[in-house]
Amino acid sequence: MNKVAIEDQVLTGVVEQYTDAPAPKVMVTASDVKPIDHSVQPAITTHSLGLMYGGKPAFEDVSLSIRHGSITAIVGPSGCGKTSFLMCMNRLTDLIPGCRVSGRVCIDQADVNSPATDVVTLRRRVGMIFQKPNPFPLSIRRNIELPLREYGVRGRQELGQIVQGVLEDVGLWDEVKDRLDTSALRLSGGQQQRLCIARALALKPRVVLFDEPCSALDPISSGVVEDLIAGLRGRYTVVIVTHNLAQAARLADWVGVFWVRGGSGRLIEFGTSRQVFKQPSDPLTYEYVNGCRG
Amino acid sequence: MLIWGLRACAAVAGSVVLLIVLFLVTESLPVLGHMGWSRFLTDASWHPAGDAAEGTFNLTPIVVGTLATTAGSVMIVVPLGLISAVFCCYYAPPVLARCYRRLIELLAGIPSVVYGFWGLVVLVPLVRRFEPPGPSLLAGVLILTVMILPTIALTAEAAMMNVPRAYLHGAAALGLSKRATLWGVVIPAAKSGVLTGVILGIGRAIGETMAILMVCGNIVQVPTSVFDPVRTLTANIALEMAYAMGDHRSALFVSGLVLMGLIMVLVIVAETISKRESHG
Amino acid sequence: MVEAVLPAGWLDNSYRSVCPVWLDRCVTLCVWGVAAAVTAVFVCIVGDLVWHGIGQVSWSFIVDLPRDAGRAGGIGPMIVSTGLILTVCLAVSVPVGLGTAVLLAEFSSDHRLFGVLVRRSLDVLAGVPSIVFGLFGSAFFCVYLRMGYSILAGGLTLACMVLPILIRSVEAGIRSVPEEYRLGAAALGLTRGRAVWHLLLPAASPGVIVGLVLGIGRAIAETAALIFTSGYVTRMPESLLDSGRSLSIHIYDLSMNVAGGDANAYATALVLMVCLLVINWVASVVADGCLCRRLIRV
Repeated sequence: MNKVAIEDQVLTGVVEQYTDAPAPKVMVTASDVKPIDHSVQPAITTHSLGLMYGGKPAFEDVSLSIRHGSITAIVGPSGCGKTSFLMCMNRLTDLIPGCRVSGRVCIDQADVNSPATDVVTLRRRVGMIFQKPNPFPLSIRRNIELPLREYGVRGRQELGQIVQGVLEDVGLWDEVKDRLDTSALRLSGGQQQRLCIARALALKPRVVLFDEPCSALDPISSGVVEDLIAGLRGRYTVVIVTHNLAQAARLADWVGVFWVRGGSGRLIEFGTSRQVFKQPSDPLTYEYVNGCRG
Repeated sequence: MLIWGLRACAAVAGSVVLLIVLFLVTESLPVLGHMGWSRFLTDASWHPAGDAAEGTFNLTPIVVGTLATTAGSVMIVVPLGLISAVFCCYYAPPVLARCYRRLIELLAGIPSVVYGFWGLVVLVPLVRRFEPPGPSLLAGVLILTVMILPTIALTAEAAMMNVPRAYLHGAAALGLSKRATLWGVVIPAAKSGVLTGVILGIGRAIGETMAILMVCGNIVQVPTSVFDPVRTLTANIALEMAYAMGDHRSALFVSGLVLMGLIMVLVIVAETISKRESHG
Repeated sequence: MVEAVLPAGWLDNSYRSVCPVWLDRCVTLCVWGVAAAVTAVFVCIVGDLVWHGIGQVSWSFIVDLPRDAGRAGGIGPMIVSTGLILTVCLAVSVPVGLGTAVLLAEFSSDHRLFGVLVRRSLDVLAGVPSIVFGLFGSAFFCVYLRMGYSILAGGLTLACMVLPILIRSVEAGIRSVPEEYRLGAAALGLTRGRAVWHLLLPAASPGVIVGLVLGIGRAIAETAALIFTSGYVTRMPESLLDSGRSLSIHIYDLSMNVAGGDANAYATALVLMVCLLVINWVASVVADGCLCRRLIRV
């Protein structure tokens, strides 16, 4: 058996679990937005979503829907608006001056950009992990407690339980349980990133966004974090931006491919991991996933 | 050739401090030599004369005056300066923030004698209306507050501007409100910069002469209320230097030496803090 | 189906956002309130000076001699004295300051210990209270060097005072010159001295000008260091060894020691403030220009 065939089998094995779910509709143009035919409502849907930085479009016309509890990877060459797309999900775009969002993002059927949406509640529900680990310059414990306190968790015991729970969840508890009150900045890069994930999980989010979470880490830490993300499958809806195709293939149930076309990023392919890696509909995708382009 | 010229320049610039210390010490040696430190604390009062045998040299009330004005103003100005910096960095729209920053810089540029003059003609009558006599510890504290505010506000603002954007994005992604972000993330991250600014502010408050001289009343006493007039170390020097002779003049140099020592300690503390910051 | 594994309580709302809106509103209100109060104090100080001072200021006020201990007449001699003190101050501090800054910025790697010592002593010097400069000036320049109360002594004292400000700005200016300039100059075979003189100082000129302007601002505003060094005399100074009264000392004397001198003190303060505003404005324009130029360069 040659190597490709083995990979094929592995991929098939992963994807087959989901074959009874209806295939998502790939919508590339705004004109054919249709009600999505799902037995269960999707966690995230976007309708012809676009983003402009001071008049220059970062990406345009992205429509997709993401299922509860799945891991969706967004891949593509750099500069095609993947990170910007992610930032639309929790309205972090608000922090960037001169940036304008068009189209619609709905999380649990609630319009993210509607004026009625409380940004603070939205961001509590939609956690985000950044490319570079960004623990606050506080103690490890305080990093996790700070947002919890903000949401009214005040009991010392309750806080302690949550801190221990999430740190165990990310496999950090045994490493840091004796030094919870030392600065989080003394941790290694991989530990810092896991702390950031723990911090986000402590808020019981529904959706967790990962923006190239492993690209600033060494290979070993990167593997640990990747396993951790795989462990979130089913419990959280995960969207992960990555430029590492192998990682996307290992992790993702669904894959979306962004590409620069006509000066702005577009979604050129969206489907199950198997579809995208084995039978892509767009020839560009084929070249990209086979390493001929990008 | 060039390098020797440059070295000479640097040697001159670097030796100024040494010269200052040298002259303060030599000028204060006479009185320290035959009187010692203790009489500055134990004498009955501050009635200096040309000869140590005739005069009394108790500096305690004057030191208390300096400490009281400094402590009072720093306590008021730290929150005000922090809030000003926060306003500039996080609340004001960009145009307003720029105007406000320019305004604070202008406040920093107003000469202390003008502050003193304004205090004398506006602030002192205002205090007098509440509680005579008017020239008082309170007036001194208020005028010092306005004077150090720019120092603290500008350094705190610079420190907050240096807080990495990643922290702000992280805080936003966790759904922290602006208040929680400021209190929980920005201020701890900017702590050492703010602290350096506060120490510089304390240094300025201790060393301030003209404004204090003009609004504090200059009576040598330990104040019992904020409406009592006080005299500070700096004002004491400015008032008496013109006619001081012999041991009296020497005693004034001793108080100058004390001031210099305080400032050196503050500078070293500030440097230690900023160095610890840069080493992570 | 994936949906089946979703944990119970998926829709639970146990962490209700408790950031009370009123608290955030209070904080916002408080921040704007403080900003408004600071602005009000500033407007109050400047407005008071302008309101009471503007009526007195005229050309004759600026050039006339003071009469009746300053209650009447003008401030001509004070302006001349201030100018002379400033000239002495800059004539001494600029060369020394430039030399030191060049050494610290360009050659400090060759003289690490020396550089550290000089820098440390300048840090302390920047924090020394002005009254201590006054004590030092009167002991060193007036008594030890036998200059007496004179414009020369006052100017030299101020020179010591503005040195750290000057050196800091110039050094920052020189350090902001891109490394390529130095490499380019070295590649052309220029000696370091010629490179500094022909290339670095011109390229660092915005920093030099900012430092100069800040130093002048500090020197003009200074009072306490001048009382015992340049003296009180209101005559028109005839030489640098004459005693001369600066504008700031004039304000102090009129308001503290001369009953009924307030009107002219206001006018003098206004003149002083206008000088400082102009200097500040020049500093900010130059600093902005420096920033713009750097942006264009990139």
